[in-house]
Amino acid sequence: MTPAAYEPELHEFAELVGSDGAIAVAGGRTRWSLGGELDSSAHVVSSPSGIYEYIPDEMTARVGAGTTVAELHAVLADRGQRTALPERGGTVGGAVVVGENDVCMLGRGPLRNSVLQVRYVSSEGRIVSGGGPTVKNVSGFDLPRLITGSLGTLGLLGEVTLRTNPIPAVSQWFAADSADPLVVLDALLAPSCVLWNGHRTWVQLEGHAPDVRAEHQMLNTLAEFQEVDGPPRLPPHRWSLPPATLNKPDPGWGQFVAAIGTGLLFASQPRRPRAMNPAIAEVHRRLKEQFDTNGRLNPGRRSGSC
Amino acid sequence: MVESESDARATTDPALLRALRAALAPERVKDDGATRTLLGRDASIYDHGVSGPVCFPTSTAEVQAIMQIAQAHGRAVVPRGAGTGLAGGAIPLGAPIVVTVTKMNRILEVDVENRIAWVEPGVINLDLSKHLRPHGFHFAPDPSSQQSCTIGGNVANNSGGPHCLAYGVTNAHVLAIETVLPSAEVVMLGGIDPEPCGLDLRGVFIGSEGTMGIATKIAVRLTKNRPVVRTLLLSFEQIRDAANTVSAIIAAGIVPAALEVMDQKITQAVENYVGAGYRKDAGAVLLAEVEGLEAGSRIDANRIGEIGRANGAIEVRVAQTEEERALLWKGRKTAFGAVAQVAPDYYLHDTVVPRSKLADVLAKVYEIADRHGLIVMNVFHAGDGNLHPLLLFDARKDGVMERVHAAGSEIIDASLEAGGVLSGEHGIGVEKRDYLSRMFTDDDMDHQNRLRRAFDPTCRANPGKVLPSGHSCADIQALMRVPRGIWV
Repeated sequence: MTPAAYEPELHEFAELVGSDGAIAVAGGRTRWSLGGELDSSAHVVSSPSGIYEYIPDEMTARVGAGTTVAELHAVLADRGQRTALPERGGTVGGAVVVGENDVCMLGRGPLRNSVLQVRYVSSEGRIVSGGGPTVKNVSGFDLPRLITGSLGTLGLLGEVTLRTNPIPAVSQWFAADSADPLVVLDALLAPSCVLWNGHRTWVQLEGHAPDVRAEHQMLNTLAEFQEVDGPPRLPPHRWSLPPATLNKPDPGWGQFVAAIGTGLLFASQPRRPRAMNPAIAEVHRRLKEQFDTNGRLNPGRRSGSC
Repeated sequence: MVESESDARATTDPALLRALRAALAPERVKDDGATRTLLGRDASIYDHGVSGPVCFPTSTAEVQAIMQIAQAHGRAVVPRGAGTGLAGGAIPLGAPIVVTVTKMNRILEVDVENRIAWVEPGVINLDLSKHLRPHGFHFAPDPSSQQSCTIGGNVANNSGGPHCLAYGVTNAHVLAIETVLPSAEVVMLGGIDPEPCGLDLRGVFIGSEGTMGIATKIAVRLTKNRPVVRTLLLSFEQIRDAANTVSAIIAAGIVPAALEVMDQKITQAVENYVGAGYRKDAGAVLLAEVEGLEAGSRIDANRIGEIGRANGAIEVRVAQTEEERALLWKGRKTAFGAVAQVAPDYYLHDTVVPRSKLADVLAKVYEIADRHGLIVMNVFHAGDGNLHPLLLFDARKDGVMERVHAAGSEIIDASLEAGGVLSGEHGIGVEKRDYLSRMFTDDDMDHQNRLRRAFDPTCRANPGKVLPSGHSCADIQALMRVPRGIWV
């Protein structure tokens, strides 16, 4: 592999980013304020878009970071596949550097497990590639894990290779009142989603039709689960909690929808600030120093903010 | 850095030993030649390790004390589990303090509500899954060495195994890691919540081969046991047909729990060894496993059978009993033991290629081995495209090691040319350190080095591993100055 093998768009992106001056990348701006407001001095650019390589048999797709998640998912759906990325109007690169999971991460899997390879432009304007194109790889230190969730503070993402997954033959939502969500989770083998708002429980079942029917019958032994169109609307504020705490509502949440079995909570109240261990904060500081000595990448944003 | 010549030579440095023995217990700090020689190796073919004092801590506080003493005495530290690694990641270079975590082997808590278990790093992989069975769960990564490898070692190598096709490798199954950083501070990386704040330091620590600190407590994710498991044995005349079947299964939208291929030579060796019920006349066998509920798993199993027949399977057999299923897996899991009847030594390789290139790369592997006069057997995680060519030889014969290394190097090139990667689950260690530049540019490796340095600015944690010479923490000057022969 040589840098010459990179897509021309990636080279153009590297030239655009250059090696000096404050700079940031805008995707769909769906999470624009996350990690702090961008310094107004930053020059804002876009990353390349396009689906460069999609091989359904390999379950991999290599795309420009500026490609929208919706466009990617539309192409994958034609071949019966999808990814772990949440769909909310943004770009693939934005979703990866934000690192948030889909509300149905039980079925879709954690986003961070689906990022196989990243290509980004460094603070010095160099193209850096981390990870590999195959579904399994432990070659070298894991730059994809570092870049995922880094909010563009360590490198500006230009290209991503994602693992794709088959879309199950059947996908259905059911809902019932007065069902204990933890009992529901335990009773099912592998639900794709179990949501609970304190009163009502929604379940997404996916798989072969007879399995979905069997699991629905299992649900009906717990409460009267009716088929519904989809999940409830999610409140705006995202919390991350130990999974076992979600069935014990806290008045500080306000109205909420809890993703049972995952620890994700969507609440009407903003999450409480979390403190970072000083030694962990020091590793964050050193990483920023190592990867962006002059602090030119996404100034004002901190990937370590809690 | 391992700073000086005197440090490297002074394995029996009395002050160092005194400090370590005071911090642990005299009997848990060994400095005898036999122990140091034993711990100078792992399961790889590399035998140039030089161990310093060997410590057997029993707590996080003791690991922290060792790290502080290492700092004070200017020593490097190498963590070690069961020593089953195949890439030399646990081999001590430059007479470091070896920290063996095998006495930290308690399962601390099984927390079913949070679907996790807290374990110490020395817990044996298979013991953990056995412990979880009554709760209805297991730990998904299942390396072939699972009867002896440790969870700490799995974390260090981001280990895989046959059942990682559907469930993912270790990184997908470890949520939080209590770690003693090279600075000797104790921190928690990650968390049991789904989106812990900050960068995914847990994610980069896993697979870092002990170069970012020592794991002392690990939260593993529990995977629910499936009520129905169907295991199929498909026999083929040609290994190419088995490889094509694997590609076709994935292309059909089925992600089985496992898809393992064994070629004719290994099938025959296994059959002679344990009598697993494989056809000796088959050119290759494919072990496929699907799990889930009754109906869905039957649909997938039937479809796999059809795909196999369409690709030339001469027999498709579905295990009818748990005993039959266990026997089929026994064959696969004892494959490496079976080769002892063929040759006294083996070198187990590990690369990944796109599934669709499996057949072509295998053909090249046979050609390479043949050209170097070596026997090669193939038993591998076909569903992931993860090849494991097994080169067999007799190390006592002159010049054979050169041929083994030359063949290994060519197998790497063949895999990379096909769009593959250096390692799927064994890691880089010392084995593939010098091949890293075949997959990565200088800029790529420079950034990997920056990541490592953020955790370990003084290169104290397992120096000399993963990154090739020319990058910081890669050059073990002290080792080069060690007078030959004084350690054994």
